[in-house]
Amino acid sequence: MKIVVAIKQVPDRETQVRIAPSAKWIDESDLQWAMNEPDAYALEEALQLKEKSGTGEVIVLSAGPERVGQTIREALAKGADRAIHVVCDDLSTLDALGVAGLLAAAIKPENPDLVLTGLQSEDVGLGQTGVIVAELLGLPHATMILHVEKGDTGLKVKRELEEGWFQSIELPTPAVLTMQSGGNKLRYATLMGIKKAKTKELRTVSAAELSVDGAPTVVLEQISMPKKQKSTQILPGSAKEAAATLVEKLKTEARVL
Amino acid sequence: MSGILVVQEARKDRFFQETLAAGRRLAEWAGLPLEAAAIGDPNKDIFLEISGPPPAKGHAIIHPLLETYTADGYVIAFEQLIRKIEPAYVLFPHTYQARDFVPRLAARFGQVLIGDVTAIEAGPLFVRQLFQGKLDGSYRHQGDGPCFVSIQSGAFRNDLQGGGGMSIDHFTPQLDSAQIRTRPGEPFRASEQTIDLGSAQRIVSVGRGIKEAQNLTLVQELATALGAELAASRPICDNGWLPMERQVGSSGQTVAPKLYLAVGISGAIQHLVGMKGSQCIVAVNKDPDAPIFEVADYGIVGDLFDVVPALTQAVKAAKQ
Repeated sequence: MKIVVAIKQVPDRETQVRIAPSAKWIDESDLQWAMNEPDAYALEEALQLKEKSGTGEVIVLSAGPERVGQTIREALAKGADRAIHVVCDDLSTLDALGVAGLLAAAIKPENPDLVLTGLQSEDVGLGQTGVIVAELLGLPHATMILHVEKGDTGLKVKRELEEGWFQSIELPTPAVLTMQSGGNKLRYATLMGIKKAKTKELRTVSAAELSVDGAPTVVLEQISMPKKQKSTQILPGSAKEAAATLVEKLKTEARVL
Repeated sequence: MSGILVVQEARKDRFFQETLAAGRRLAEWAGLPLEAAAIGDPNKDIFLEISGPPPAKGHAIIHPLLETYTADGYVIAFEQLIRKIEPAYVLFPHTYQARDFVPRLAARFGQVLIGDVTAIEAGPLFVRQLFQGKLDGSYRHQGDGPCFVSIQSGAFRNDLQGGGGMSIDHFTPQLDSAQIRTRPGEPFRASEQTIDLGSAQRIVSVGRGIKEAQNLTLVQELATALGAELAASRPICDNGWLPMERQVGSSGQTVAPKLYLAVGISGAIQHLVGMKGSQCIVAVNKDPDAPIFEVADYGIVGDLFDVVPALTQAVKAAKQ
């Protein structure tokens, strides 16, 4: 199978995000970046599908500015065969349809059997990109997938439902799947993998070349600190002091002990 | 563009009431009438249990091919209904089902879903979380075409009493079995549930901050001292450190104990929806800006490897 995996570079979850002076986006200077975790699971599933069948190709695709190259190299080091980087400096001003439009335009000439991506990103968390890519390519889709099995005529996938329920779904290829985290154990890049990644094909294509009509219908007007839903009592002091205060309060104030 | 269409998902009655409350809030800003839509037989409760003034009209979408949910079937059916009645806004409860098909439906109209909305403000502006709950984003819809919105569970309340009937139109979409490309199986559970977190009085829940599986002992000791069940956020179960049935959140169990003590959990929305109904919430986290503190009654900002053993000692001391 020829599999395209769409991955996104997002701020590392340990990194402190600050609101930019414009209040339209975050301050991107001094951030640590990482591969979006659900996308890492999508990549893992693609690599395992290829290893199981012994044939096929895994192509990683990512849109974003130059720094995205680092995350693409990481995916190549883990075992992807080649990569496409859609160079786009204003990703955060596009809406989900604009981003999916770029990805779909880059995927189309590849004619893959399967497109995988994470179910949502850890930055804006829209959880829509994969589904919209499916619509733009005219392909069937399934979301929140934990496991993919290839059959003779199509795929059998395990889909997560709410509250501990699952279902299996059969669908024909080509198809688009959005992957939930936790279905596999993620691999690390080996030293050999990192070395080999440097020789693998990484094709760049500019967003302008893909000529996608990008006038957004949804605009992020402002970002702000969340409003507190409760007034939290932060208990001061050393760990020991705070622990003693908490137990006292749980007994006498909240009455839950 | 004629109104605000609120969509009901079968078997999600409470959630429909909340989405309806969001629709009423939006109606204040937009000055438009409410309508409701659902797939299925209008006599099967879907439209019958509305709290507060009923929408001006209900639309029952009926077709044998819609008896089982498929994204293809639902997209085609809702596309036809929306083209017919031309609502200005379409509101869905933010369920796994909505997440599965509404982005595709919106794209058919050249639109983008504003998903998982927690508040609607003047404008209207739609507020949703960004960066795992660390920030809020306010979104505005622009241009022509219906605006698609999905509403987060627990974000709006419908406390209105009473109700009443509404006139219900039957709508039969043009739908052919060849248009439905996926074949869904029956829902199943992975294994027999042996732990019912839903009935636990106290829960100690652990997240990524615990770093290593072997460190779980620390948290288990605290849980034992408190007489609490041990639970976890998704990453802990993804790593296989605790069984999936101990997971709290949208993909795990929903709990509302007397005491919920969250250790090393940042508080992404997928976790919060599963526990924010708890009576008393305590958070221990090293990051003072962690979103878990937004829902906590008590917080300790500090290294859990110092705080948790101290808490275990304090709980044991209090019992003596």
